[in-house]
Amino acid sequence: MAGTNTMTKDPILKVDHLSMRFGGLMAINDLSFEAYRGDITALIGPNGAGKTTVFNCITGFYKPTMGMITMRQKAGKEYLLERMSDFEVNRDAKVARTFQNIRLFSGLTVLENLLVAQHNKLMLASGYTVLGLLGFPAYKRAAAQSIEQAKYWLDKANLIDRADDPAGDLPYGAQRRLEIARAMCTGPEFLCLDEPAAGLNPRESLALNELLRSIRKDTGTSILLIEHDMSVVMEISDHVVVLEYGQKISDGNPDHVKNDPKVIAAYLGVEDDEVEEVIEQIEEIAEVAPGDTHK
Amino acid sequence: MANITNTPESAGSNLMARALREAFYAGLVALGLFVLFVGLKTDQNILNELVLVQRWGLLAVFVAIAAVGRFLSVAFIRPYLAERKASKASAGVKEPGFVTRNFSMIAVAVLLVYPPIMVAIFGFQGSLKWVDNFGIQILIYVMLAWGLNIVVGLAGLLDLGYVAFYAVGAYSYALLSSYFGLSFWVLLPMAGIFAALWGMILGFPVLRLKGDYLAIVTLAFGEIIRLVLINWTAVTKGTFGISGIAKASVFGIWSFDVSASNNFAKVFGLPMSSAYYKIFLFYLILALCLLTAFVTIRLRRMPIGRAWEALREDEIACRSLGINTVTTKLTAFATGAMFGGFAGSFFAVRQGFVSPESFVFLESAIILAIVVLGGMGSLIGIAVAATLMIGGTELLREMEFLKHIFGPDFTPELYRMLIFGLAMIIVMVWKPRGFVGSREPTAFLRERKNVSGSFTKEGHG
Repeated sequence: MAGTNTMTKDPILKVDHLSMRFGGLMAINDLSFEAYRGDITALIGPNGAGKTTVFNCITGFYKPTMGMITMRQKAGKEYLLERMSDFEVNRDAKVARTFQNIRLFSGLTVLENLLVAQHNKLMLASGYTVLGLLGFPAYKRAAAQSIEQAKYWLDKANLIDRADDPAGDLPYGAQRRLEIARAMCTGPEFLCLDEPAAGLNPRESLALNELLRSIRKDTGTSILLIEHDMSVVMEISDHVVVLEYGQKISDGNPDHVKNDPKVIAAYLGVEDDEVEEVIEQIEEIAEVAPGDTHK
Repeated sequence: MANITNTPESAGSNLMARALREAFYAGLVALGLFVLFVGLKTDQNILNELVLVQRWGLLAVFVAIAAVGRFLSVAFIRPYLAERKASKASAGVKEPGFVTRNFSMIAVAVLLVYPPIMVAIFGFQGSLKWVDNFGIQILIYVMLAWGLNIVVGLAGLLDLGYVAFYAVGAYSYALLSSYFGLSFWVLLPMAGIFAALWGMILGFPVLRLKGDYLAIVTLAFGEIIRLVLINWTAVTKGTFGISGIAKASVFGIWSFDVSASNNFAKVFGLPMSSAYYKIFLFYLILALCLLTAFVTIRLRRMPIGRAWEALREDEIACRSLGINTVTTKLTAFATGAMFGGFAGSFFAVRQGFVSPESFVFLESAIILAIVVLGGMGSLIGIAVAATLMIGGTELLREMEFLKHIFGPDFTPELYRMLIFGLAMIIVMVWKPRGFVGSREPTAFLRERKNVSGSFTKEGHG
């Protein structure tokens, strides 16, 4: 299951000619990429490159101006995510997500957070509340099973000792892990993580890498993540897509991307010889404009 | 003004000196503030001339109140509160006593024996006031507040027009019973269903709104229902209201109509009294309240109840977890409205008369105030708040002795809104999350730990 970077990969998510326009701003411009089944795909780029916008388009929170996003489940069923509303993307297409600024149910306990994530499954088991209200045994079984499921993920995220505490009471790193555990409790095939390592210290970052690897190994869930922390990106991802100004500038395995001159230019500015060109251009302009005293 | 509360008091004389100094400053400020407002008053004399009336005595009273109040506060009240706080902190967490642990059980038991005790103390005729004005009146508001609690406390949707569903329930019973002669036991569930239906009809267009906007629209909806009731005179008889609404019977077996052959008193050979009906109504509304509480407690442990609370905490996160927030909100609205409808039909049967007068905005505001004062989401807190609010205003009618103090023109119940407002301010300052601010989790692994009110949100949608 672990990512071997062969070319005969089975794409789980296909983004085709995706564009998103906010008024006059083209946040994403004709972006196409694929995420492969069983891979950890990283979406990186400088601030304002449109990474989170891509995420919001994939998970149904934004309706893209143009383009097509196809999610292909393991069983072969295909969903066009750009046509679905946000909750259907999770419920039907099995795409879960986390948020850049953590969104937990802070007044509910850690355990309850994970139970809410199993809402649709439990709703069905409780006969849309009616059978559950009457105390049918089928619902009791499902409820017990959902607690087991929650326990499994609490264990994985190393939160089992805090299960009965309010989620808002957890330290920051634990909240990040809980959000991932909560997303996994919805039983997704594709997990989108928006900057999961933001604000974590190196030790927590390492634990996060471990968690993501084990998610992929044990559940076969494919992961798409936005990340600024290159130690995380280069360490765990099988495939990296680089965005700048809403366009893809590089796509490939981490080694390829690391050495791509376009990526280096995007992150560090332009290269030396180009800098000279730019300076020449500025001087030409200065000569044309005589009123300018600066030289 | 210097207001140093955290300075450790070394000696009593020091404290007294400081209290006197601050009292002097407070008096000075009061003098400055009130000298032109209270000390001098412009008036017209008999020749229509503007004259300045001097009221130094009244001004002195104002200044004295400010100074003495400040002195007492600094010298006695603050040290006492600080001492109590310190002793509380050192004592640690106390094991809750027997009464605290079994509060709800004891409360239900007391309510069950309440009517017989009242009859035993005051006799049949004398117990009417205590069973009807206090018991039934309070329990109606408990039920309404518990119904609204589902919408506001659990789902976090601010509904300012809850009384509309109460009206729908009351009028469904009044109209269907007087036009079609259907019995209370048929119409009670129907009133609930109609109210729930109206909840959904209101919900569909407005649930895309959030926060303040939702509040305004629900407020308008409440007014629309009332205005329809006033103006649709052909059906509702407008402001005259519908009178002579049929009484409820004990499941159709015994009736409370005086002329009926199966009259309750006649069957059992008891002396005629209207108290039997009131006592029956008391147990009826108590049963309805317990039903509401039971359903609310059960629903909270169902996926839908957890989804409501999750919705209150974070709507976007809910959607990211595949929860259809529109249907979730609608079920909250409909469930809350249904209990409002039950309460409404009970109200109609109890009064025997309904008119749009009973369903003004103030009622919605009072119900909402009870929910907020009690602590959003907490059934016990809300019941306590309803008892204090409604029982308190009823008690004002009993304050006959106040007439001896303030003169025969004094009617204490006219001051109820003033006292109501003051009480709300005091409670909100003292306990900003209501009487019961903490939240009981619906599931636990090892131990059930209440969630402090500082983590829960009020909801915004």
